[in-house]
Amino acid sequence: MSDNLLEFKNVSKSFYGNQVLKNINMTVKKGEVHALIGENGAGKSTLMNILFGMPAIHETGGFEGAVEIEGKETHIRSPHDAMLEGIGMVHQEFMLIPGFTIAENIKLNREITTKNVVSRVLGKRMEGLNYKQMNADAQKALKTLDMDIESYTQVAGLPVGHMQFIEIAREIDKSGIKILVFDEPTAVLADAEAQNLLRAIRRLADSGIGIIFISHRLEEIVSVADTVTVLRDGTHVATKPIQETSAVDIARMMIGRAVTLDREEAADRMVSDEVVLDIRDLHVNMPGEQVKGIELSVRKGEIMGIGGLAGQGKLGIANGIMGIYPSKGQVTFKGKELPLNNSRQVIREGVAFVSEDRKGVGLLLDESIELNICFTAMQNQDKFLKNYGIIKMRDAKEIRDHAKQMIADLDIRCTSSQQHTGSLSGGNQQKVCVARALTQKPDLLLVSEPTRGIDIGAKKLVLDLLKRLNQEMGMTIIMTSSELAELRTICDKIAIVCDGKVAGILNPTDSDEAFGLMMSGITDIEERREA
Amino acid sequence: MEEKKLSPKEIVGKIGLPTIIIAAFLVFILALGHFMGLSVATLLSDTVKRAGMNGILVLAMLPSIQSGTGPNFALPIGVECGLFGIVCAIEFGFTGWGWFFMSILLSIILATAVGYFYGKLLNAVKGSEMTIATYAGFSITAFMCLLWLLIPFKSPNMGWFIGQGLRETIQLDVIGASMILNDFLGFSIGPNFYFPTGMILFFLLFCFLVGAFFKSKHGIAISAVGSSNSFSEASGLNINRNRILANILSTILGAIGIVVYSQSYGYAQLYNAPLTMAFAAVAAILIGGASAQRAKVSHVILGVFLFQGLLTSALPVANRVFAGTDLSEVMRMVIQNGIILYALTQVRKGGKG
Repeated sequence: MSDNLLEFKNVSKSFYGNQVLKNINMTVKKGEVHALIGENGAGKSTLMNILFGMPAIHETGGFEGAVEIEGKETHIRSPHDAMLEGIGMVHQEFMLIPGFTIAENIKLNREITTKNVVSRVLGKRMEGLNYKQMNADAQKALKTLDMDIESYTQVAGLPVGHMQFIEIAREIDKSGIKILVFDEPTAVLADAEAQNLLRAIRRLADSGIGIIFISHRLEEIVSVADTVTVLRDGTHVATKPIQETSAVDIARMMIGRAVTLDREEAADRMVSDEVVLDIRDLHVNMPGEQVKGIELSVRKGEIMGIGGLAGQGKLGIANGIMGIYPSKGQVTFKGKELPLNNSRQVIREGVAFVSEDRKGVGLLLDESIELNICFTAMQNQDKFLKNYGIIKMRDAKEIRDHAKQMIADLDIRCTSSQQHTGSLSGGNQQKVCVARALTQKPDLLLVSEPTRGIDIGAKKLVLDLLKRLNQEMGMTIIMTSSELAELRTICDKIAIVCDGKVAGILNPTDSDEAFGLMMSGITDIEERREA
Repeated sequence: MEEKKLSPKEIVGKIGLPTIIIAAFLVFILALGHFMGLSVATLLSDTVKRAGMNGILVLAMLPSIQSGTGPNFALPIGVECGLFGIVCAIEFGFTGWGWFFMSILLSIILATAVGYFYGKLLNAVKGSEMTIATYAGFSITAFMCLLWLLIPFKSPNMGWFIGQGLRETIQLDVIGASMILNDFLGFSIGPNFYFPTGMILFFLLFCFLVGAFFKSKHGIAISAVGSSNSFSEASGLNINRNRILANILSTILGAIGIVVYSQSYGYAQLYNAPLTMAFAAVAAILIGGASAQRAKVSHVILGVFLFQGLLTSALPVANRVFAGTDLSEVMRMVIQNGIILYALTQVRKGGKG
């Protein structure tokens, strides 16, 4: 028997003609911690979904290639199959029932039962629980993880670090567990807890379980993994033993793009030294994108990029400034303090926002293009209105003229200005959002994920449009994007956000390693490069 | 951007299949009535009259639907405000047109105040507005039953013959106000058809006013709040204030609606009469093609004529077909509640953000 516990052989997957995985080969050996790393959208989740037989894969036509477990080709058609094959997953968000004890959670749906009078008549579902055996089993699993806690403690009120361990205990308590997947296990843990966890992972591996460790924290990977596989844009970049590589090396492989960055500077750019927006200690409570004390200054006429991995808080910044999620801190705009949690006032001060949530926040899908374009300016600046004393009526002609102008300027492809925005393509919807922001004639434009979900041709148009607005109208732009390449194409400077804070500010021409390391929270780039 | 010719499928999509089915059924009923020897002119005359009576009550659904709080199941709140205006105007001794306008004036003032608090209530229970509204309507009706009994009004036109409190039905002909709006410029065509011009004009005037309001800055804001909370919030709108404004408007329309209704009916009905008024109005606007989230003035007009037409014609016809039984009330409940049930199954759960 070979040492290979799990092997992906030439695995490819496309969603509706869009290839997200291309010929991935990866082998996990017995007792090995195999790190899997890649930017958002590199294909990590898709690969794991294939391993777990998630419905999302099979409903979209399955995948190509093969998955072998212990050298045998295995067809995993559902998460239940995966469980039977001994594949377990430690979830990032805890799936525990707070009111149950640790043992009950660990044994949930796999309870040890004893027969009684009722169950002899009514069947197995009526059997009693063997708490003694369950507690003993749970205690054993906890002990494997070096956890000193009683198994009859209630889960509610335990620190998050403990909950993570209970999740793991549940997986290892399953008999015959062979492969355990950790998906960003340390994301919610404090440093000390994370160290504990890494030690536990090591111990599990030593007991013969194969571990797939997904993380974006390069240092953890270097310290715990035996092997690392790097994915980028659905392709397999490299698999290397950890001794032959380094955090800098991994970062470069993760970001590196063959395409040269196509930057052209207009000669008459007007970036003054005047700071137009100054953010001090901004905290935003946006679920999944917490901002924990951002400090950032933006100069007038500049395009500032905000990058970083998903969930690190980059999206929270613009949402916080606009008052869409509760925020606190100090934001100074044009020398005046900007009131937080007050969208109306922020809009009136001359800030416009193109949201990352195009369909939810960005558009009224059941309304016409023209109303969408003019709405914010109408409600906040009393434009496009005819005043009849007590009541202000909309000025249909002015709205239509303006909308037609915008449709022509931004090349919005539509049948008429009355077409509902819900029936437009993603790129054209994005242009409507930008058109609405421009109608406000803002001094500062916040754009979040402007190219998400739109095709490549439209991407370039939107980016060119932003560049044109900046160059021709001198508009200050803050662009938040998950796509580093596009930030590096048009921004003057790029702030990388990690764990809710600005990890550093880079120039678009800085090296791939610099971006990669900073995105995983490593800031002492110079020293590492020399080392 | 020239007008395109619509295919039959698109026309169905635009008007809505349920509306077309109901309309076809109405035509069928009228034809059946004709063959059963009923006077179609009488049926149509009744239809127009009842549509005019109920029109503004149905119109009251529009602002609340547009603001995202769903059809105004708490219509009885507005209705009670209107009834209070009516009895006050009688107590103060107004008659004829004076009574009519005084009733409307008083009820608008009252409905504005009550609508404000009702709006606040709805803002506190986001997500379950329709259920809360239904019970708010029931509660206010019960509360007003108490008030009608205890109110120390002295007008002999309203009191019981012995004891205290107001009568269950108050005749309006004694103050010269019965059919006062109906008969304004009213005319007859043939022996069986009467057109209540004044009332229909009054209804259309309000349709115009409400339609115009939804083209104003505030009206557009209310519609935006109703279709997407997150969009509106990001555009600097105060969601709660817009919802309150819409519900004040809805309550006022309910109040004016009952004044028009009562004068045409000839009686002001107190106590339990307002209890189920919301359901007929909700059913009417939904038949007209509105959903629980989107409605237009055209839905109100189409809906009130179809729904009231169905009720007024189906019942005599049904009574003739199933002679000897009294199916009318049963039929009315089946049709009305069936329509509401259908429409509520179409409500998208959780709304749109």
